[in-house]
Amino acid sequence: MNTAMLSNLVPGALARFQDGFAEALLAPASKLVTTIPPEVAALAAQPGFAVYRNTVMKGCIDALQANYPAVARLVGDEWFRAAAAIHVREALPTEPTLLRYGAAFADFLARFEPAAELPYLPGVARLDRYWTEAHATPVQDALDPAMVARLAPEALAGAVLHPHPAARWAWFDYAPVYTIWSRNRAEAAPDGDIDWQPEGALLTRPRDAVAWIALDAAGCAFLDACAAGHTLSAAAQAALEAQADIGLSQLVSTLLGAGAFGRMSFSEHPQPMEEQP
Amino acid sequence: MTTVLTAGLGLKPQHYDAALACPADGLWFEVHPENYMVAGGPRLAWLEAIRARHAISLHGVALSLAADAEPDAAHLQRLAALAQRIQPSLISEHLAWSTWRGTYHPDLLPFPRTAEVLARIADNVSRTQDALQRRIAIENPSHYLHMNGHDWDEIDFLTELARRTGCGLLLDVNNVYVSASNLGFAAEAYIDAFPGESIMEIHLAGHTPDPNLGAALLVDTHDAPVAPEVWALYARLIARIGARPTLIERDDNLPDFATLFAERQCAEAVLRTPLARAA
Repeated sequence: MNTAMLSNLVPGALARFQDGFAEALLAPASKLVTTIPPEVAALAAQPGFAVYRNTVMKGCIDALQANYPAVARLVGDEWFRAAAAIHVREALPTEPTLLRYGAAFADFLARFEPAAELPYLPGVARLDRYWTEAHATPVQDALDPAMVARLAPEALAGAVLHPHPAARWAWFDYAPVYTIWSRNRAEAAPDGDIDWQPEGALLTRPRDAVAWIALDAAGCAFLDACAAGHTLSAAAQAALEAQADIGLSQLVSTLLGAGAFGRMSFSEHPQPMEEQP
Repeated sequence: MTTVLTAGLGLKPQHYDAALACPADGLWFEVHPENYMVAGGPRLAWLEAIRARHAISLHGVALSLAADAEPDAAHLQRLAALAQRIQPSLISEHLAWSTWRGTYHPDLLPFPRTAEVLARIADNVSRTQDALQRRIAIENPSHYLHMNGHDWDEIDFLTELARRTGCGLLLDVNNVYVSASNLGFAAEAYIDAFPGESIMEIHLAGHTPDPNLGAALLVDTHDAPVAPEVWALYARLIARIGARPTLIERDDNLPDFATLFAERQCAEAVLRTPLARAA
């Protein structure tokens, strides 16, 4: 201990230092001198300060690139990292689990002018985000299709199918977002022409791995109704309103097969049904 | 059954299968707990599978112990929950700050070593140890800035922090080398003066010269093999203090598992030298 230390017992000095340092990390180099305290500006003027600036930016951009791989593959490294750097300055991480960083990236791309000629990009980002969310959901078995198959028709109409906690779906009425996304999410993306038509997607994780299927407008409407707690007959009605020419039993069977549901209850008896041995 | 931890490796998702299958005696793995603070899913399942075969160390980067604020309560609670789930052999953090006023800066940021800051960090370390119900180790950071406001030398600061809180220390030998080179002090003298009895863990990693400034500015990038000079400092340290759990850290420019494991075997060999056993 030495006596000079006593001069530093100034309450709040550390907080002021951290306010200035944090601002200098993100400030454009040209503005450093004007807006931050002189003792921090002196540090920021040293060549070593760039290490902190670069590390913080690189950490955030790397996280976005890891969390949005299909977007990155579509636009290429250079474009992605330049766009990500702009987003990082608008929305720094608010928590250290960077696996979840970038919740607002799809919205950013939707209003990012250089992305205007790639109208499907925000939708692709949304599906990348759904993958991230589905991947981190606690393990839960999907509803066994046989349980639904066993129900008598009148019981079936009153059943409520609850989407699996990992299930995420969306309808994109402006572009074949599902095809574009799925071709760019995999390592070896297939080539070939893409039919330019509206598409939907369902991602879920009934077992270890995140899985996905294409979904039509009826399927999305059906799942929306299920998520709102409507009965199977009401969900069927919603599906028919979205798309008149659907095979309803095929749709339900596809969704059950994909593991889209986590459990089933009944409108008169809203508690979850027990598993039969 | 407790195993003696010898040399360990940072665990990367790309290496899960090889890590799980690797039978080496005393091998352990280190992860950043922040990367496993999820509700569930394959990531946690993998960590639990590896934990069933190997010891795990949780090496935090985000408690922000040197921030002028208490550690975030929700983050500390998540860390405690993960520790409960994984039962790690070691838990460590940094002498640095990263989260400040609700923003997380993914780096280990510097601060002036004053009495005010020492009191704050000691309080934060104590709160952390109370929440986790165990002793943690605090790591010396890499330095890139010449700062005038220090009242304490770093070793004295860490020694006093350990005395006040009962915490242990994590000596990152590469950080010493990088800091000594950047700030112009003798790395050997720092290694020799570091309080050996407090060292719970040692880190070894690679560094890279700044692309513009070259050797005038070394950066702790964890993207290269451990440098020969760092191996020499490590051997010198082990000869003085004896064997301690030692981690090869690699976070970027990742080679295959076998290459990392070969580097781990070099640390293992140092830990097995007669000097290490005699110390």
